[in-house]
Amino acid sequence: MELITGAEILVRCLKDEGVEYLFGYPGGAVLHIYDALYVQEDVKHILVRHEQAALHAADGYSRACGRPGVALVTSGPGLTNAVTGIANAYMDSIPLVVFSGQVPTALIGNDAFQEVDAVGITRPCVKHNFLVKDVTKLAETVKKAFYIATTGRPGPVLVDLPKDVTIAKTEYHYPKKIKLRSYNPTVKGHAGQIRKAVDLILSAKRPMIYTGGGVILSDGSPELIELTQLLGYPITNTLMGLGAYPATDRQFVGMLGMHGTYEANMAMHHCDVLIAIGARFDDRVTGKLDKFCPTARIVHVDIDPSSISKNVKVDVPIVGSVPNVLRAMISVIRDEKLRSDSEALAHWWRQIDEWRAVKSLSYRHSNEVIKPQYVIEKLYQITEGKAIITSDVGQHQMWAAQYYLFDRPRQWINSGGLGTMGFGLPAAMGAKFAFPDEDVACITGDGSIQMMLQELATMKQYQTPVKIVNLNNGYLGMVRQWQEFFYQKRYCMTYFESLPDFVMLTEAYGHVGMRIEKPGDVEGALREAFAMKDRTVFLDFVTDPSENVFPMIPSGGGQSEMLLAERDEMVSTHHEGMVLL
Amino acid sequence: MENEAGALSRVANLFSARGYNIESLTVAPTDDPTLSRLTLVTYGNEQIIEQIVKQLNKLIDVVKLIDLSETDAIERELMLVKTRAVGEQRAEMKRLADIFGGRVLDVTDATYTIELTGAGSKLDNFLRAIEKDAILEVVRSGATGIALGQKALHA
Ligand SMILES: Cc1cc2nc3c(=O)[nH]c(=O)nc-3n(C[C@H](O)[C@H](O)[C@H](O)COP(=O)(O)OP(=O)(O)OC[C@H]3O[C@@H](n4cnc5c(N)ncnc54)[C@H](O)[C@@H]3O)c2cc1C
Ligand SMILES: Cc1ncc(C[n+]2csc(CCOP(=O)(O)OP(=O)(O)O)c2C)c(N)n1
Ligand SMILES: [Mg+2]
Repeated sequence: MELITGAEILVRCLKDEGVEYLFGYPGGAVLHIYDALYVQEDVKHILVRHEQAALHAADGYSRACGRPGVALVTSGPGLTNAVTGIANAYMDSIPLVVFSGQVPTALIGNDAFQEVDAVGITRPCVKHNFLVKDVTKLAETVKKAFYIATTGRPGPVLVDLPKDVTIAKTEYHYPKKIKLRSYNPTVKGHAGQIRKAVDLILSAKRPMIYTGGGVILSDGSPELIELTQLLGYPITNTLMGLGAYPATDRQFVGMLGMHGTYEANMAMHHCDVLIAIGARFDDRVTGKLDKFCPTARIVHVDIDPSSISKNVKVDVPIVGSVPNVLRAMISVIRDEKLRSDSEALAHWWRQIDEWRAVKSLSYRHSNEVIKPQYVIEKLYQITEGKAIITSDVGQHQMWAAQYYLFDRPRQWINSGGLGTMGFGLPAAMGAKFAFPDEDVACITGDGSIQMMLQELATMKQYQTPVKIVNLNNGYLGMVRQWQEFFYQKRYCMTYFESLPDFVMLTEAYGHVGMRIEKPGDVEGALREAFAMKDRTVFLDFVTDPSENVFPMIPSGGGQSEMLLAERDEMVSTHHEGMVLL
Repeated sequence: MENEAGALSRVANLFSARGYNIESLTVAPTDDPTLSRLTLVTYGNEQIIEQIVKQLNKLIDVVKLIDLSETDAIERELMLVKTRAVGEQRAEMKRLADIFGGRVLDVTDATYTIELTGAGSKLDNFLRAIEKDAILEVVRSGATGIALGQKALHA
């Protein structure tokens, strides 16, 4: 058999793994790999303008289409620039395989030029990582990396490649299957536990379904919809779970948690049986733990045993993958013709409808100044609710989550766990690579957009037209809101005394820029922008700088202690709450 | 665990990153060259121990895990103690070492170096039994353990 270099082996592995796009940035340690990429066309390399963007783009690509995202960075600063992107994917359980160059094996540990301990630096924020020291182990390691990244609870896997390994030669053989004695995720739920869960679920008088990112990651939406409609129970999604159940359906009560709807949080607080599916009881969701769902018995379906009973002790744990477990539940219910308590349920729905009537997402319209919520509502209408929406981090992210109604999974792409400002734009680019024919919009803020702005150049080079919806309030709004509420309006370092002219800036990158200052112009501008199918358009909406995100559960508060817009004059938070974020 | 570079740091990292306590940690190769065995002593309430077990199992390099406190098991630790031993102290120190089943490994005209094995609590008791001022240096290996009976840990 022919002997080929490590670099060639890597590229062949990617091809055999079916990798379409490799997001990356070159440097000394990976030159051999770039040379191997030069002579082939199967794997398309996308040259970003910053390594963090390579990670976010690969991440956005993966969230949009479900396949693993792949990135390549050089050693030293290339790798350290990538760390934020790796951590971001780790927190949201996104399958990525990241290749980093490394100094030659003989120099490792010598403080060589552009050497960092990549495996050490990334260890706390990867699902697993490898340092390949021997070219004969390369193909097998790549296979393991993809296998680990995409199975069980997904996550990023890093493969660190010393330069000499990419030069050394060996035969190429890519294993078809791989088995690891120490890694064997449980996919099928335990039948006895499923039976127990079904009994508890059907005994409920005030049931509540609470689902998260796990449903989306496992493509379990069809099963979730079927089960929810079979039961007729109310359902809420976490920020990461939006789209798994159609937001326009009557059974959907909106997002829950810190900025969730009144009805979702009240229903959580008062339910007697909670059915948690692929959600991890994050502190943004639970609020103060000892006030969380005080009357509920809890069923929890999750593929990761360590997610179960981590923050909240549950009554019926089921380790397994969402589609498998839900299918099993549906069969038990159908086969045995089991029924829920319809009378109790009707009563419960009447109660929920009362909470709904509070209209916690209403806001005060204005004819003078653009309200950010209004922009999202119009965006929703003009895209007919069909666009893929990515978001940055801040108030605009919450408004996007609240006012754009996501009806399908993988339509909503945002950074939830790490909350990384700068994620939105490169993620939108990644999503556009996955779905070139779909409308992709990035909802961002004047702060966030400046963190990854350079990617406008990448988007020009590869013609990935995205509509950028900038809710420009002149502030680091989310932080300003906290300073208003909890620091007596001492706005320390949250006002931008200088912002660029975003229109000129976008035009400098070769795109279209628009500035919109009046509410009456919002709709027209959006229509115009979306009509330009093949152009990236930056819509700079000058919005009300004093607008706040409501409802809000202040940190340290319980689920039922929500502040509603304008109605509740704030605000003091418990001392306990202040130490929380 | 897999006998791989970095496996130990993954475990140590997990404990520091998640704020778990490590009382002692030992690691050494086994009869199977691809595996090493790590014994770790920690403490915490039931919920914390449950999380530690789950988090450790999640590490790709961890092949099998048992909680020895949940089974009948023997715990052993090795201790080397250098003590002052002058005058009347010498006989007393030797007597105590004998009572605890220790051995004197090295003798000078002013010191004894004593070897002792046993459960951690026994070693603690020895240190408590001898005069505090007499202790010059203590080296403890950290605990290891094995389940009683026919049950054996295999990959
Ligand atoms: C500014 C800001 C404000 C926020 N406010 C809110 C808020 O108000 N409300 C809110 O909900 N969030 C909010 N978040 C997000 C929050 O920080 C968390 O990211 C989010 O709540 C976690 O969502 P999740 O529970 O769905 O878990 P994810 O992080 O999506 O985790 C997925 C879970 O599913 C499991 N899983 C994965 N695959 C499978 C499978 N195949 N089968 C079964 N289980 C699987 C995983 O093990 C994990 O437990 C906010 C974030 C930011 C940045
Ligand atoms: C990289 C990073 N740095 C800091 C923060 C803290 N932070 C969270 S929201 C926010 C303000 C975001 O401002 P902007 O993008 O303008 O959005 P707005 O809240 O105004 O809508 C900041 C600074 C963060 N999430 N990410
Ligand atoms: Mg802002």
